[in-house]
Amino acid sequence: MNDMSMTPKTQVWIEVCTLEDIPPQGARVIRATLGCVALFRTATDKVFALEDRCPHKGGPLSQGIVHETGVTCPLHNWVIDLETGRAKAPDEGRVRTFPVEVRDGMVLIDRALLA
Amino acid sequence: MTKKLVVIGNGMAPGRVLDHLFDKAPGAYQVTIFNAEPRVNYDRIMLSPVLSGEKAYEDIIIHDDAWYEQHGVTLHKGKKVMEIDRADRKVVADDGTVAEYDKLLIATGSSPFVIPVPGKDLQGVVTYRDLDDVDAMLDAAKSGGSAVVIGGGLLGLEAAYGLKRQGMDVTVLHLMPTLMERQLDPSAGYLLEKALADRDIKIITRANTKEITGRDGKVAGVVLEDGTELPADIVVMAVGIRPSAQLADDAGLEVGRGILVDDHLRTSDPDILAVGECVEHRGQCYGLVAPLYDMAKVIAANLAGDEAPEYTGSVTATKLKVTGIDLYSAGDFAEAEDREEIVLRDAAGGVYKRLVLKDNRIIGAVLYGDTADGAWFFDMLKKGTDISDLRETLIFGQAYAGGAPLDPTAAVAALPDDAEICGCNGVCKGAIVQAITEKGLTGIDGVRAHTKASGSCGTCTGLVEQLLKVTLGDAFQPDAVQPMCGCTDLGHDDVRRLIVAQELKSIPAVVQELNWKTSCGCAKCRPALNYYLLATWPGEYVDDKQSRFINERVHANIQKDGTYSVVPRMWGGITTPNELRAIADVADKFQIPTVKVTGGQRIDLLGVKKEDLPAVWADLNAAGMVSGHAYGKSLRTVKTCVGTDWCRFGTQDSTGLGIKLERFLWGSWTPHKVKLAVSGCPRNCAEATCKDIGVVCVDSGYEIHFAGAAGMHVKGTELLCTVATEAEVMEYVGALMQLYREQGRYLERIYKWADRVGFDVARDQVVENAERRKELNARFVYSQQFMQNDPWAERAQGKDAEEFTSFRLGHLGKVA
Repeated sequence: MNDMSMTPKTQVWIEVCTLEDIPPQGARVIRATLGCVALFRTATDKVFALEDRCPHKGGPLSQGIVHETGVTCPLHNWVIDLETGRAKAPDEGRVRTFPVEVRDGMVLIDRALLA
Repeated sequence: MTKKLVVIGNGMAPGRVLDHLFDKAPGAYQVTIFNAEPRVNYDRIMLSPVLSGEKAYEDIIIHDDAWYEQHGVTLHKGKKVMEIDRADRKVVADDGTVAEYDKLLIATGSSPFVIPVPGKDLQGVVTYRDLDDVDAMLDAAKSGGSAVVIGGGLLGLEAAYGLKRQGMDVTVLHLMPTLMERQLDPSAGYLLEKALADRDIKIITRANTKEITGRDGKVAGVVLEDGTELPADIVVMAVGIRPSAQLADDAGLEVGRGILVDDHLRTSDPDILAVGECVEHRGQCYGLVAPLYDMAKVIAANLAGDEAPEYTGSVTATKLKVTGIDLYSAGDFAEAEDREEIVLRDAAGGVYKRLVLKDNRIIGAVLYGDTADGAWFFDMLKKGTDISDLRETLIFGQAYAGGAPLDPTAAVAALPDDAEICGCNGVCKGAIVQAITEKGLTGIDGVRAHTKASGSCGTCTGLVEQLLKVTLGDAFQPDAVQPMCGCTDLGHDDVRRLIVAQELKSIPAVVQELNWKTSCGCAKCRPALNYYLLATWPGEYVDDKQSRFINERVHANIQKDGTYSVVPRMWGGITTPNELRAIADVADKFQIPTVKVTGGQRIDLLGVKKEDLPAVWADLNAAGMVSGHAYGKSLRTVKTCVGTDWCRFGTQDSTGLGIKLERFLWGSWTPHKVKLAVSGCPRNCAEATCKDIGVVCVDSGYEIHFAGAAGMHVKGTELLCTVATEAEVMEYVGALMQLYREQGRYLERIYKWADRVGFDVARDQVVENAERRKELNARFVYSQQFMQNDPWAERAQGKDAEEFTSFRLGHLGKVA
């Protein structure tokens, strides 16, 4: 089981990109050792980081259409809530979410979670 | 013995008489109709939406040709009756056609009043009565310019709104101090004036027209008594109507303002009846549809042998059909000593309601901004309900009448059985509920078919739906219009219509103006909207790539492992050694695991990593290849056989034609994918008869087929037509593509579209109507100039670079 609430002992924020590097209602991908992480930007400039793997058949969520605070997986149209990582009913499943911050136009993630 | 019924006029009133008559006494009469207009019966109430572009003529037809045939009616289109010969009981038309009658029904309607000023006969001065007038206005609007509408009544304002929608500068001239003074009090008139000004329609009240000026016989402007001069490319007179009673007068029938009739709608000659706007009944002439329908019921019953029903006059209510302005008025609201009024005014909220009371009964109602309670007030007005007990909350409407607020369904449930739901057709609640239960109706279409309720102006559609809900409970599925998605209640066709009518040119504009329930749409509606906007505004709309499905966004097909497949275009299925070498080299260089021949006569490279895509495309471009759009709701392939080049059976150059078609059509976006094939002879080696569009060459030319499928459903094509030359094939196919692009709902294949609208629609518009075909093809050609840029070349050169690059953890920036 993924531990959704794991809190790192020491948070080390690292800069990934600028907010502008992510298209509005779009996504970019971070290739990390544990797999790919998708960075989403909503129409209202909220940024979310989620494991880039749909809980259904492993589809790359980063390639889906972003709408409000959800993304529709490109493979079979599951809708994943960007805030919780949960699949929208009636589908069931959840992907890992990661802490992410936007500071002075820079997008920051916690390095510990990507190591 | 069958009696002969002759009808003069083919408007909504006689149409309704016949509907009822055929219902009550089928076969009792042999019917002949003379229509001065060269058309079938259409819904004149809906001319305004046609003018504003929100509906098409086809949408407003009440009786199509098949209806006349089915009922054995002889319809003389474009023939005007010149004489009624009462002695010999016959009528004579302008072309000499004679028809004998046992019963004659006069339904000549009314004529627009033309103010007798100099210049009234200039070209470009029109009235607003029939489709010809609308066509004339639409024609004038094509070149933009200025329009002056004389008359600020219902019709004038609807004409002004329509012309504004069509892009003209519009000024309304109104003789009185406030607009629609016969239906509105000054306060509501003022609110209306303001709302129209917000829509950029200029209103001049107290405007007395002195002269219409012209240049070379064409209208150029309007001069007012006070010297004001207004430029005008078209002038619309909408100052009123008067009954057309001349024909009756000439025949010696008694005529006042209109043709005088008794309570059985009989004229002074008992074998001659009259109905509609041409009659005068108990001193009243009517210009709205509801009274005409009341009369129609009586006439039909009388004609069917039931003499009991009588017409005793009508109380009328009016609604203005201008999108976004809600206005309702009914009854009498002139001020007088014995009258009281209740007024609710919310200027900021744009709501104004006024009830005029006499002896504790409603005698007049004006509602502006919030018209939901119109039917409720009107019902009490007609019945003379004593409102003493409701008085304190009356103005707040039915929801507050007697306590707790009601939800809309409960409000409808609470209405009495004889409450009128559809004002146009005079249908009450009880009749609708009865039809629902007795006929087992489950949807709005059924209610329209059986009762006519909501079939005319359509504003009571919501009420009818609620009645269905009340009557059927959970069994009611409001599926009359399938909403596009959860973001809206509007169906695809309504959204497309409103995109055009309101000139919406971006997804945020649609979401905002059409009241989407979500802030920016969903994965279902956004791709559809993106397509509709792209197809509606070629060269203007900027494609929103974030609203495209991944395949169309990156111009390759996503595979189950997240890699992509790449299919270069092979025009008509023809390739060269150089192209094949380039494909082989690309496969080697980028370690592409699978190379497959597709069913569409080209080659698929499967398993390409996303970040390699631009480089793969650059290499393919270098060998002259472009995107095959194998991923798009767009033109896919044109399959061919070798035709006369090689084949001993070939009748035409099928390969060459296939290549020409593919070069003509490629790059176009469509509601769903489009696949073509061209076969060189009826042996059909290219399998053209299961394609979206297929061409089969024959000795004498080319058969054009359409609406086939070989996917989830397998379906043979229908023959569209046979043409003689390649040039004709191109024009017909271009027109067919455009018709599909304009009418098809997103994700609806050609065969489904054709099935929905009827195959004859394509045949009519692409084959029979040459002018329409040329317009469609011209629009397609126009759109194509913006579409035929190779998306691969653009991206190989750096467009959307961020799409194809990712961040690697090791390369990430500094610790913050």
